[in-house]
Amino acid sequence: MTELAAVRREQLKPPVVDIGVIGWLHKNLFNTWYNSILTVCMVVVLGLLLPPLFKWAFVDSVWYSSAEACHDIDGACWSVIPHNIRFIIFGFFPEGQEWRPALAMFLLLALVVYSRKRSRWQSSLGCLWAVSLTVMGVLMYGGIFGMPVVETSQWSGLPLTLMLSFFGMVAAYPLGIMLAIGRRSRLPAIKSLCIVYIEMIRGVPLISLLFMSSIMFPLFLPEGISINKVLRAQVAIILFTAAYIAEVVRGGLQAMPRGQYEAAESLGLTYNQTLRLIILPQALKIVIPPTVGILLSAFKDTSLVVIIALYDVLKTTKVTLSNPKWTGCSTEAYIFLALLYFVFCYAMSSYSRRLEKELDTSY
Amino acid sequence: MKSKNPPASAGSQASAIPFWRDAGKRAFIFQLAALFTVGGLGYYLFSNTQANLARQSIATGFDFLNKEASFEIAESLIGYSAADTYARALLVGVLNTLKVAFIGIILTTILGTVIGVSRLSSNWLVSRLSALFIEVMQNIPVLLQLFFWYAIFYEAFPAPQQALNPIKGVFLCNRGLIFAIPEAHNAHTVMGWILIAVLVGGWFLNRWARRRQEAIGESFPVLRVTLFMALLLPLLAWVAYGTPTAMNMPELRGFNFSGGLSVSPEFSALLLGLVLYTSAFVAEIVRAGIQSIGRGQIEAAMALGLRPGQILQLVILPQSLRVIIPPLTSQMLNLTKNSSLAVAIGYTDFVAVTNTTINQTGQAIEGVAMIMAVYLLFSLSTSVFMNWYNKRMALVER
Repeated sequence: MTELAAVRREQLKPPVVDIGVIGWLHKNLFNTWYNSILTVCMVVVLGLLLPPLFKWAFVDSVWYSSAEACHDIDGACWSVIPHNIRFIIFGFFPEGQEWRPALAMFLLLALVVYSRKRSRWQSSLGCLWAVSLTVMGVLMYGGIFGMPVVETSQWSGLPLTLMLSFFGMVAAYPLGIMLAIGRRSRLPAIKSLCIVYIEMIRGVPLISLLFMSSIMFPLFLPEGISINKVLRAQVAIILFTAAYIAEVVRGGLQAMPRGQYEAAESLGLTYNQTLRLIILPQALKIVIPPTVGILLSAFKDTSLVVIIALYDVLKTTKVTLSNPKWTGCSTEAYIFLALLYFVFCYAMSSYSRRLEKELDTSY
Repeated sequence: MKSKNPPASAGSQASAIPFWRDAGKRAFIFQLAALFTVGGLGYYLFSNTQANLARQSIATGFDFLNKEASFEIAESLIGYSAADTYARALLVGVLNTLKVAFIGIILTTILGTVIGVSRLSSNWLVSRLSALFIEVMQNIPVLLQLFFWYAIFYEAFPAPQQALNPIKGVFLCNRGLIFAIPEAHNAHTVMGWILIAVLVGGWFLNRWARRRQEAIGESFPVLRVTLFMALLLPLLAWVAYGTPTAMNMPELRGFNFSGGLSVSPEFSALLLGLVLYTSAFVAEIVRAGIQSIGRGQIEAAMALGLRPGQILQLVILPQSLRVIIPPLTSQMLNLTKNSSLAVAIGYTDFVAVTNTTINQTGQAIEGVAMIMAVYLLFSLSTSVFMNWYNKRMALVER
């Protein structure tokens, strides 16, 4: 009797090729004949590529050696990074004062991390931001509490990259929303001004705006007045990003059904109230994914200031590499920098995915 | 704005609405103010510029275009020497931009489609690797990628004397990529013309087949016939000319290669960086386009008895292309605009040439205006195409 039951149980078990590791392999890698061929090809290619790469990066590589030792090895010379990390991150910030931008950056990142929860989005958070930004500005510029003044021309490296991207995003967002509303306006003059602005900016590369800010803009100002180079680039980035945000937000506004406007009107809301309370909250919510895409490109695009000779983190790396001692280590330094950018971008895009899920009120 | 109530003035003039409560008048004033502000700002900047230019005695206008450029351009599609005018130098720049954009767009479309489709593959390894590619490429600034590839060309590849020679006739060194091309022969020209003729014929065949199908309901394998002809006829011509197989092999002469076709490291790095970066975005677009087709569409097509090839051709592609093409064009435009980063790695595209021109002549305003005008022209022509396409492809609704 029990024997029979045991046999039954044995027969009831799924075939061995359907479960466990074999089952997974069978289902995901070898389910059809062409998938099997594809898998084998991929494994062969990876097998040819990965071991030499691993050997280069980890086995034959040096991590803390001197520059001279780098020339005798076949592997990666990661030493370029620890030897130059101060200059890559802080650029021309005066020696001994590095704690100030480091603290400012830490404050910025901590605040961003703190603000990630929507339950903390209250007016007190706004005050916290205002206070912290002032503190950051004081830390960077100095002048009080015995901190020597550091002119903005000396702000460089990672703090500059973060500053350009942070203010680029924060200022471009409301400007973009205003442009989008203007483009949907019933007033012909406002509408055409917004259309011309948006289409013109979107039609040209960011480089041309940066050129404009660096070589053309000084001609626009009356004699004797000059505006700081970093600020000019910052304005160019803001103006550029705003046009892209405007197009994304316009998509959201267009997706709002007419009934929403009509319902708001019948409730007696004014135009401003309708936008603020009914339309924008919904429209901005549905365009979160493309907006984050735009903000991500704005972050990546700050690297373009290299071309107008601002010392962002990419430029400081290039300066390091132009030192004859470290020529030949470009690949390693660029990989390090790519990793740095990747971490920031990846964090932003995964946060947007989470926010999108949180705000999804559909049922 | 003007929400404050005016003091009720005896309430006698109930019919006369004050102008700030009249929507029409308010709109008019608001617009007038906006135009006035923009115009005033424009005038202010313009008059400042005039004064500055007069003080620095910079001549305005485009007269400098006819002067001698006196700088060399490393690669050019048309004949150019330092003795030519600025106008011709700028034309060389435009053509170089178009060259990298054209080749880049073709390669990006192919690579992006392949990766987008692989992302949806049921093969776990393939799908994971494509996802990894997309994440990595999208999250690293394109300029950094350009620097990276350029550094690879300059530092990792050996000098021409020790050039890598992966397959016969192909050399990789720090002077770029050099490969063998067939020796010029009449047969190749004829083959090219025949290919074009076959493609044009294929277009007419397609029209004929569609009319015939509408009339009698029988389909005709246009694509297969055209492809077969496009392979067979040039091959026949090649055989008829006595199968010329002479190759123009690159040879090491002194410090560099001569013969063959060589691609400069600047161009290769730019192309590689742009194609890899943009194809990650194209892959996401293609994936979204394919996923936008509901499962029911495919099931319905199967129920109608269509073969898998027909389902792809008649049901999936026409619908997903409608979703794919608009963002795809904007990515292509992005690629073209990003090609302006060439200036950072020394490929002589339009921006790089204009930059040199500005440095030599001091004509900053004209230079920047020309850069903007050229790229605006590119994007306006693209949007004209897009409008035409959208009109053609728009869903016909009730």
